Amino acid sequence: MLRFKIDIPLTVCLLILCMVSLLILWSAGAENPRLLMNQAIRMGVAVVVMLAIAQVRPETLFRVAPVLFGIGLIMLVLVLVVGHTGKGAQRWLNLGLVRFQPSELMKIAVPMMVAWVLTRKSLPPSNGNMIIAAMVLAAPAALILKQPDLGTTILILMSGALIIFLSGFAWKYIASIFVMTAVAIPILYQFLHEYQQRRIQTLFDPWSDPLGAGYHIIQSMIAIGSGGAQGKGWLDGSQSQLEFIPERHTDFIFSVFAEEQGFIGFILLLLLYIIITARGLYIAYYTKDTFSRLIAGSLSMTFFFYVFVNIGMVSGMLPVVGVPLPLVSYGGTSMVTLMAGFGILMSIHHHRSLMSH
Amino acid sequence: MVKENIELKDYLRETNLIHARLIILIIVLGVLSLTLMVRVWYLQIYSHQRFEVLSKDNRVRLVPVAPVRGQIFDRNGKVLAENIPVFNLEIVPENVKNMTQLLDGIAQLIELTPNDITKFRSLVRARPDFESQVLKVNLSEQEVARFLVNKHRFAGAEVQPRLQRNYPYGGELVHVLGYVGRINQRDREKIDQQAYKGTDYIGKLGIEASYEDQLLGKVGFEQVETNAHGQRVRRLDLNPPVSGDDIYLNLDADLQVKAREYLGGKRGAVVAIEPNTGGVLAFVSNPVYDPNEFVNGIGHRSYNALRDDINRPLINRALNGRYAPGSTIKGIVSLAGLENGWNKNASVHCPGYYKLKGSTHRYRCWKRAGHGGTSMLQSIMRSCDIYYYQLANWMGIDKMHSFLSSFGLGQQTGIDLIGEPSGLMPSKEWKKRVRGTPWYPGETLITGIGQGFTLATPLQLGAVTATLANRGKRIEPRLVNRLVHGDEKAVYPVSNQLVEVEASSENFDHIIAAMQAVVEHPRGTARRAGLNAEYSIAGKTGTAQVVNIAQGAKYDESKLTEFQKDHALFISFAPVEKPEIAVAVIVENGGSGSGVAAPVARKVMDFYLLGKDANAVDVESEVSLSAPNGQPAVEQAALESQQPLQQPQPEVR
Repeated sequence: MLRFKIDIPLTVCLLILCMVSLLILWSAGAENPRLLMNQAIRMGVAVVVMLAIAQVRPETLFRVAPVLFGIGLIMLVLVLVVGHTGKGAQRWLNLGLVRFQPSELMKIAVPMMVAWVLTRKSLPPSNGNMIIAAMVLAAPAALILKQPDLGTTILILMSGALIIFLSGFAWKYIASIFVMTAVAIPILYQFLHEYQQRRIQTLFDPWSDPLGAGYHIIQSMIAIGSGGAQGKGWLDGSQSQLEFIPERHTDFIFSVFAEEQGFIGFILLLLLYIIITARGLYIAYYTKDTFSRLIAGSLSMTFFFYVFVNIGMVSGMLPVVGVPLPLVSYGGTSMVTLMAGFGILMSIHHHRSLMSH
Repeated sequence: MVKENIELKDYLRETNLIHARLIILIIVLGVLSLTLMVRVWYLQIYSHQRFEVLSKDNRVRLVPVAPVRGQIFDRNGKVLAENIPVFNLEIVPENVKNMTQLLDGIAQLIELTPNDITKFRSLVRARPDFESQVLKVNLSEQEVARFLVNKHRFAGAEVQPRLQRNYPYGGELVHVLGYVGRINQRDREKIDQQAYKGTDYIGKLGIEASYEDQLLGKVGFEQVETNAHGQRVRRLDLNPPVSGDDIYLNLDADLQVKAREYLGGKRGAVVAIEPNTGGVLAFVSNPVYDPNEFVNGIGHRSYNALRDDINRPLINRALNGRYAPGSTIKGIVSLAGLENGWNKNASVHCPGYYKLKGSTHRYRCWKRAGHGGTSMLQSIMRSCDIYYYQLANWMGIDKMHSFLSSFGLGQQTGIDLIGEPSGLMPSKEWKKRVRGTPWYPGETLITGIGQGFTLATPLQLGAVTATLANRGKRIEPRLVNRLVHGDEKAVYPVSNQLVEVEASSENFDHIIAAMQAVVEHPRGTARRAGLNAEYSIAGKTGTAQVVNIAQGAKYDESKLTEFQKDHALFISFAPVEKPEIAVAVIVENGGSGSGVAAPVARKVMDFYLLGKDANAVDVESEVSLSAPNGQPAVEQAALESQQPLQQPQPEVR
């Protein structure tokens, strides 16, 4: 059956988001047509990748999961050895034609691999299986943290943790992990140097150092706050246009959006994200295959986790960890990865009837 | 079947498990969304006003806009102090990564003297980093172009168009106008910093300092939008500055220039006043210096050269120079005598010296041989000292002090320049208080001829002469005629006070007639200065001793070094019937008042009243002034004609 596999609601929402992205980018990127063109081209590439992956059967994905993971792990090691340094971190691998960020591949490969490990036996997973899954998750996370790339590490840990959570990881363990973390944090905090403690305090309270570490986050909060309900209007955000906002076309693009479009714009944008995520979770719910369920659930929720962390950090609620606003921030690889994820979701949706492996 | 059952059971279990977990994720999605909404609501709605204010503060900056300093004009509208556009190279230290490297780079394009760099460095040390400091003033067009082409290499450096004070007459008016200079720490402690926002200069001396408040103007403010780097994006609002008032002086710049020229390069002062109004027509102190050098801070070497110059160009002699008035006050002393009952027809015998009762000390007349029988008129005309010893001795210091003080001696004239000294008119009370010793009768005698303790400034002598010309109307001298605000929209004339000196007009007439004889009588001490005058002149010569001559010694001019020679003084006004100008001249170490000072005064009056320039190539006037014209030779020539008369002095301006 040669039917083109595509999920209309998802595709429509994603295209709207891309349009929004281009509009914000025109304002945030100082009306630079080159910037806009680059982003549009990336979107085109990403959509093509999404549609291509949507045609692949989930069984194939299940089979290639260990291969992808293996390749990704090797490349992560290579990055640390011969990788290119950009902005103080080694993240890039030069493949001749394109520079490639292996950690992006891992955003998909890791949850797939964890799911692969867990679904070979029936769920809920055995303790042994859980340990293997934890190792599969920990190894790439450690390598990426070493680059260092805290944002991607968190996202990858999140995607793996979501698989484990969905797979029925016992509540008592989840609870004990939470309790242990809650107990450990204050104890670990005591062991930090005073300057480290202060840095953490600044992360959570930018006003304690308004001209130093807190400067950018305060400017971002001013941008968002001064936007009000209606916003200052497209291209009229003074904080954005006057360069008070750092990285305004990448990680801090939400500040530009919120300043110019206001609370109403924010709600609409959030709604778009919620719809996309909910659609993903819906796909996860109604698919019949366990592996697909885990993957769909994890990819959807990780997508929203991006949104949460990004908006949380630019609004001064979370520390700044370098997570882009998905599909809106300027930047290539993360967009392709995200779209590939949606390609997988579409593929899953089209093969939602029971599969055998 | 069992296996299938188990598989089915497992599958259902898995499905239920994952469904349960997915529902939890839906709840988590809701919670996270709600969290974001609350957070953004808090920022955008709840705290909106606070952030809106912060956002405005962020981008809007108040930038002071310096007012344009008022210009200064002479009575004929000639520009004496103006503001000219210049390009300065300025650096904001905050924006410079490596200052040494930057300066080296700039030095390759624009010539920088070590002085420029030293001055700049000390400014950078003294002032906050974000303030723009001048590295080099007044760049040439080529330098501006060369810098702008390479500007990208010099972050932090900018070429700024500025207005700079300029004095087109150079040094000619420096003792009148003073100059502006950069505001220094001492100024900063005195001024209202708010009023000087954006202004770099302040009047340091002269009119520039005395009328600082009027010249300054009012600072304006510009609301500009700036970006995060503090760079100006656009103007939002402007509260324009108010330019300072323009000042029109009573002074006549041409007369000023000529008067200094007539001094022939000698140290001295010329003060010319319009008696009727008190307007100062000329206010010369020689030598001068160029105020333009001071505007941006004079270099140490140049300043030291000026400070150590033996001729002391930095001293404003007209205002601050204090000289013994000498015989120039004899007219007023006579008037004092007449007002106190001295008989104007009394004759005093002058044997060449005077002795107080019970003393052997001989108070000498300048004319050793004596004047013989001398009337008051003759005493003024021929400047007999003995007459005044006797008059002073008769009158006593108290009466003399009181009358001379009423004429303004020993008191500030009230001119509109800051830092005027009061001079000194001695009294018993003064001597007791300051010197701690009683008054001696001999001191009364020498006070009568303007020597001893008495000190007067050239300005005071000019003012006293104007009062004489006015027959007792003592009027405060004024350099400034009026302030003009904003293109003649508002004119503020400068007022001055008038005090009447109590003396009868009859007595005034008598004294003025005698002073007229000084110039016009064939035997008057200043007769040569009065030759062929086309108007009537009243005057009085004076010669003030710089070195005390021992008893019995003879004044031998050839033995005195230049700086020990007597000061030559002359006061005069003309025309006598309706005085238009009163002139006081002092030539330091000039020798005699009649030979040196009087011709200067005559030339000044000729220039002012007739528009005749004695130094212009004019054979007739030169001959008439320089040669004794067949007049009978007079005895006193010994002292008064040693100095050659004025030679034409090429002075280019």
